[in-house]
Amino acid sequence: MTEDNVVVDSIDADSVYVEGDPVMDTKAPGGPIEQRWDKRRFSARLVNPANRRKLSVIMIGTGLAGASAAATLGEAGYSVKTFCYQDTPRRAHSIAAQGGINAAKNYRNDGDSIYRLFYDTVKGGDFRARESNVYRLAQISVEIIDQCVAQGVPFAREYGGLLDNRSFGGVQVSRTFYARGQTGQQLLIGAYQALERQIAAKTVEMHTRHEMLELILVDGRARGVVVRDMVTGEIETHFADAVVLASGGYSNVFFLSTNAMGCNVTATWRAHRKGAYFANPCFTQIHPTCIPVTGDYQSKLTLMSESLRNDGRMWVPKRGEDKRDPRDIPEEDRDYFLERMYPSFGNLVPRDIASRAVKKVCDEGRGVGPSGLGVYLDFADAIKRLGKRAVEAKYGNLFDMYAQITGENPYETPMRIYPAVHYTMGGAWVDYDLESNIPGLYVTGEANFSDHGANRLGASALMQGLADGYFILPNTINDYLADGPFDKVDASHPAAVEAVEAVKSRIDKFLTTNGTRTVDSFHKELGHIMWEYCGMERSEEGLRKAISLIRDLKRAFWADVKVLGTNEELNQALERAGRVADFFELGELMCIDALHRRESCGGHFRAESQTPDGEALRNDDEFAYVAAWEFAGDNAKPILHKEPLVYEYIELKQRSYK
Amino acid sequence: MNITLRVWRQPNAETEGRMVTYGVENVSEHMSFLEMLDVLNERLTLEGDDPIAFDHDCREGICGQCGVVIDGQPHGPLQTTTCQLHMRSFADGAVIDVEPWRAEPFPVIKDLVVDRGAFDRIIQAGGYISVPTGSAPDAHATPVPKTDADMAFDAATCIACGACVAACPNGSAMLFTAAKVTHLNLLPQGQPERYSRVAGMVAQHDEEGFGGCTNIGECTAVCPKGIPFETISFLNRDLLGSLIKGNR
Repeated sequence: MTEDNVVVDSIDADSVYVEGDPVMDTKAPGGPIEQRWDKRRFSARLVNPANRRKLSVIMIGTGLAGASAAATLGEAGYSVKTFCYQDTPRRAHSIAAQGGINAAKNYRNDGDSIYRLFYDTVKGGDFRARESNVYRLAQISVEIIDQCVAQGVPFAREYGGLLDNRSFGGVQVSRTFYARGQTGQQLLIGAYQALERQIAAKTVEMHTRHEMLELILVDGRARGVVVRDMVTGEIETHFADAVVLASGGYSNVFFLSTNAMGCNVTATWRAHRKGAYFANPCFTQIHPTCIPVTGDYQSKLTLMSESLRNDGRMWVPKRGEDKRDPRDIPEEDRDYFLERMYPSFGNLVPRDIASRAVKKVCDEGRGVGPSGLGVYLDFADAIKRLGKRAVEAKYGNLFDMYAQITGENPYETPMRIYPAVHYTMGGAWVDYDLESNIPGLYVTGEANFSDHGANRLGASALMQGLADGYFILPNTINDYLADGPFDKVDASHPAAVEAVEAVKSRIDKFLTTNGTRTVDSFHKELGHIMWEYCGMERSEEGLRKAISLIRDLKRAFWADVKVLGTNEELNQALERAGRVADFFELGELMCIDALHRRESCGGHFRAESQTPDGEALRNDDEFAYVAAWEFAGDNAKPILHKEPLVYEYIELKQRSYK
Repeated sequence: MNITLRVWRQPNAETEGRMVTYGVENVSEHMSFLEMLDVLNERLTLEGDDPIAFDHDCREGICGQCGVVIDGQPHGPLQTTTCQLHMRSFADGAVIDVEPWRAEPFPVIKDLVVDRGAFDRIIQAGGYISVPTGSAPDAHATPVPKTDADMAFDAATCIACGACVAACPNGSAMLFTAAKVTHLNLLPQGQPERYSRVAGMVAQHDEEGFGGCTNIGECTAVCPKGIPFETISFLNRDLLGSLIKGNR
């Protein structure tokens, strides 16, 4: 790395972007908040069942948000085509969600309500989410559980045969439904089965091992996509009356994250380059308890459930040079830093606070493990107090998972953990209908930016994916499709020809550069830059440096990448090259977004904006808005459109956990 | 540690494959098996050799996309997914054979990558409960006995990796099929389609070219999720029921 030589003087917040017109209309109806979704459903036009068959929808991605929407639209009678990069829709990364799904059922009679779920989610998002959207999410949460149970999702039950609940980080009610530690898997399989049923009924045509590489716009509307068949390399065009992107989040811009290896931003990024706004890209969530990196070969990080912090105590040695076995370090030489810094919440502070504290002690040189990037999560006290058997009953599967990955026994020696990126709140900008600013282009699930503000609460991702897919999109997309069918388009249309040519020339470029570095080596270097400067703590200087480094690295990538083989075969390096190329551009925009947002909120912590005791300091006067970015060209400055956030129901407050 | 790999290389379904030997040096015992393959692929790429194609995605043992036969055993020496196998399970100097799943209904696409589309088609033949979105009753309308719910969950944890098929001397996918039948047929919500489900799925299973089950049990022994062998008895019972009821 040549970081010291980088000239950063030329980059400052005001010179890297320009400001455009604000976004004023999100299509959310006014009036009492509890009536807005009803109002919108009533005002949205319907399509006669007999006419639906003539209308077609393309769905990119078949995780929770995509599979549920495709199945529902297929049932309704639309003609649906779905695409996923995996070999079957059942493998989408929704499957890895562990903890559960929130719903305001109030089965516990513990004071929960739709309003409370709404309130918790807006506050948890550090007041950077839309009230109308979040209220609707809370309303729909109830129906999701009914739907999933009817599909046969085996949620945990009590002896009376009714559903069990548990509580989750940051809330005081038990509203989380779960299926052991595999809730995401069970919900995804439910949606997958509903989708397969529609495939059998021939309302949905599924294309596995296909990757979207370009969006086709005709007369300003989203009308089709260019996809690559990942087995044969064939570049295909597909057309429809509307296109839905349900392609997930972009945590893999950091290379190391808890996302699956294939997760990527290409679908939404290609749409962004065609005009779709990208909102709040710098809002990323970093989870404090993951298994630390062991070496350069590391490909992926594994999450250890947040629940471990109920009984585990986090600590590091008081002195960095203390390299004794942790069991030999006496109490007086240990620093239980969370208990020291946050005496009232201790080890149970929210994710963003815990993550930053871990970073702080590691930056001080007191991190543990071979890399120095880790802290202990110690269960010795819990085992002494509760007995090994009780600890095993509570956390046994997590301890086993830890032992399998690290080869260490957490019953005997403290776990080592370190934060990792695992969710992105930002994404394609959408209105209340989940439609982007491109007519006919809808975005659902983690791929959009809509409901979590600057920080997502636990067990809310599954809720949002299914709310979007089962209930929101199928009710809003009618309003657009009612104007269709649109004029027939085929592969000979100039817009399609141009999109195909663009895809082919990019692939040719990758295959003919024949440089000296692998795709992964570039991706890892990009990840290091993002983690260092746009990770847990961001600063004016660091972000300026990062933008400069990313630009240099991007140039090096295009000049020196080495991708072997041909297009006409299964070529995994070629697939990755396209994704990494888009990550460079996204990474730069994330840094620009982080640089322009001179406040701290949720997962976005700016070193310059903190309270005297080091807590995140929001600036509601200047930054209570969604930052929706418009692509202006490859070497042009992105254009910022501000969508003001108005709080009519919830009062803006500063969080405190001391 | 240093190891030697003998890896199945096959450019595509039409071309004959063969085992190719590679030495891999300075392998850390903390590496996962797939990370070791990543390291080898980085080297092969820089040397101008086609990297080895293998399927993988979540790398935390839940998506079911990865899976190769290691020294003759699906997913290797531990009962886990290939991505959760670490190099500490091998001795320094080991010679390790790496092959794709071998079963006729799983044609090789390239190297270690096979086509498991047959599994989706078995699900399409009845592996669901027909419940259109929005038509569900309240979640508490039908209590489910905890033991049934737990057993249904155990069966539902199948990740459709295909190790059961690769391990079975008959190339049978009965454990996969039985896991889904057990999951759905144990629940009250699954009752209306109980017999058409089992009949449809088994018929599709046979049509795909999977072999019959002769109660060998290799499938359960390699299953990373430990799907119980009893699920197959459950399937057989319901299959018999479907014949008696003539419910097809």
